[in-house]
Amino acid sequence: MSEQTKFDNKIVQWVDDRLPVFTILKHSAVDYPTPKNLNYWWNFGSLAGMMLVIMILTGIFLAMNYAANTGIAFNSVERIMRDVNGGWLLRYLHANGASFFFIAVYIHIFRGLYYGSYKAPRELLWWLGLAIYLTMMATAFMGYVLPWGQMSFWGATVITSLFSAFPVIGDHIVTWLWGGFTVDNPTLNRFFALHYLLPFVIIGLVMLHLVALHTVRSNNPLGIDIKGPQDTLPFHPYYTIKDLVGVGFFLIVYLAVVFYAPNFFGEPDNYMPANPMVTPSEIVPEWYFLPFYAILRSIPDKLGGVCCMFGAIIILFFLPWIDSSKVRSAKFRPIYKQVFWIFLADCFLLGYCGAHKPEGNVVLLGQLGTAAYFAFFPLLWIIGKVEKPRPLPQSIAQPVLKPMEKI
Amino acid sequence: MRKLILSTLVSRRGHNTNDAGAITLPKRIAGAIRSGTIALAAVGFAAAMAPAFADEGPALEHQNWPWLGVFGKYDQAQLKRGFQIYHEVCSNCHSLKLIAYRNLADIGFTPDEIKAFAAEKSVKDGPNDQGDMFDRPARPSDHFVPPFANDQAARAANNGALPPDQSLIVKARKGGPDYVYAILTGYEDAPAGVTVPDGMSYNKAFPGHNIGMPQPLTDDVVTYADGTKATLDQEAKDITAFLNWTSEPELDARHSMGLKVLGFLVVLTALFYALKRKIWSDVEH
Repeated sequence: MSEQTKFDNKIVQWVDDRLPVFTILKHSAVDYPTPKNLNYWWNFGSLAGMMLVIMILTGIFLAMNYAANTGIAFNSVERIMRDVNGGWLLRYLHANGASFFFIAVYIHIFRGLYYGSYKAPRELLWWLGLAIYLTMMATAFMGYVLPWGQMSFWGATVITSLFSAFPVIGDHIVTWLWGGFTVDNPTLNRFFALHYLLPFVIIGLVMLHLVALHTVRSNNPLGIDIKGPQDTLPFHPYYTIKDLVGVGFFLIVYLAVVFYAPNFFGEPDNYMPANPMVTPSEIVPEWYFLPFYAILRSIPDKLGGVCCMFGAIIILFFLPWIDSSKVRSAKFRPIYKQVFWIFLADCFLLGYCGAHKPEGNVVLLGQLGTAAYFAFFPLLWIIGKVEKPRPLPQSIAQPVLKPMEKI
Repeated sequence: MRKLILSTLVSRRGHNTNDAGAITLPKRIAGAIRSGTIALAAVGFAAAMAPAFADEGPALEHQNWPWLGVFGKYDQAQLKRGFQIYHEVCSNCHSLKLIAYRNLADIGFTPDEIKAFAAEKSVKDGPNDQGDMFDRPARPSDHFVPPFANDQAARAANNGALPPDQSLIVKARKGGPDYVYAILTGYEDAPAGVTVPDGMSYNKAFPGHNIGMPQPLTDDVVTYADGTKATLDQEAKDITAFLNWTSEPELDARHSMGLKVLGFLVVLTALFYALKRKIWSDVEH
């Protein structure tokens, strides 16, 4: 961003001399040198960005018609569904958009895990990504409370009550979160205010994420550094068009759900108005929280469970230093490659356990899954020490060492 | 199902690395991990299959509803028959608070018919110029007038049980329309040895089987205005269709818009892909 670009258009040049927005845009969205070997797993960053925009746009128009008051919140959502022009479309885009935002982000995170995108010099890039993920979880949780259905109310009660596990200050924290002595109107009001605020915090974090990305440059499937211009392509048109292909496919799946199975990710119970006197037979959070919910329920001790649940995310911040291997991409790490798939399978297993009543085998499976989740991290350190990585290619432009050996 | 796919995926990965043959030192560790992978896949498979995990109520039989599928839409004649059942049977106990009389235009009733339906009920309005509250006939803009003044009155008249509002009943139950249909056709004599509490009925589809609602539908409980033969099965299907409409009145618009949007997106994505191939054709990769 140090030197300014010259533009043909006089007005553009006039603005750019005073405020270098066009130089910044050209630098980061047009010329940005991108590794030439990125595969389609690299689409999910831009897809997550697209979902953030869709969520904010639909959310603003929903907020114009929503009423954050326990007496009328449920009916105001139904009014959006029935009487507001295009209201059903806005709400289904927003509710399913949350799920697809998480789908994009989860694939993005696991892509980073597989190709070692968290390793030096990308530690802060990884941290900012995790900060976005945490803020997303808070936003999604509070958003789910707003329709004020049965699962909204009881989900909010269960999750906020977790903080009571902390000794001495726990109950005070919960009262402070609720704004009273139970989940009630003050809780709904503050959740609405924060649900509207946090997406803009996410925008700020995304900008920092992009600044960090453009400073250290994108990782790539080989996990080796960019050696020179022969390894890269300008972002535009090569990756703008490739991202658009991803956008097309992703929108097809997302909108197919919106139009033909809009309640697929939802719980029927949330179409019943919140009733503090009736507890649902089973309280389940949204699917994207299920693995953590399973970890929480696998620990017999309440405080221990809460600590493990938060620890499961906190530990990800230390990943760049836990992983002792210098090689980034799992392509060249025969053992890590397999452990990665086991870890992914374990996350699905935990998700399954989180979705089912903690009875019988589910408890045992959940505990095994939790143990496996936390075993992954020390194992990662050991693997880096004992594993013999396969030889790395010289550069991205010459990925094949010998003609016979295919990567 | 998800677990199943994953299991195959995991074991396939294991084979791939085996083929590569580039592992020298940690063969034993890799072997152990491979066994671990298979074990985990097996556990996942078992978890997906084990009937012990089934925590749902009685299994529901899937009905072939006309509005299912990409081209699915409501059958207006059926919705009108369903409304007749709600009007003559269900509305004696169940409210439908989210629906206004004017909404009946969507299922084919004329403005005069709608005015007549609304005028059957009276609502409290006011205050008037003298400051008094007064009763007036309901208008098309009013929401359906509930059968009871409040929940307590509804319970008092129904043996302590509260008949739930039906506006969202299909979306608020696991199994949706299949569940509602199964309840309406699930009444039978209690099996030998099972005692049903006083004032309750035995229903094979209801969780716990003892249901507060007496059997609402039997053959010929209504005489259809359009001449359709009113069997229990026909009535149950028609009222379920009507209640699906009250839950999802936007369904027809949603399905037809979806077709256009997805059709457009498929073409757009194909164009994007062709353009991508064109732009990347000069890149060695």
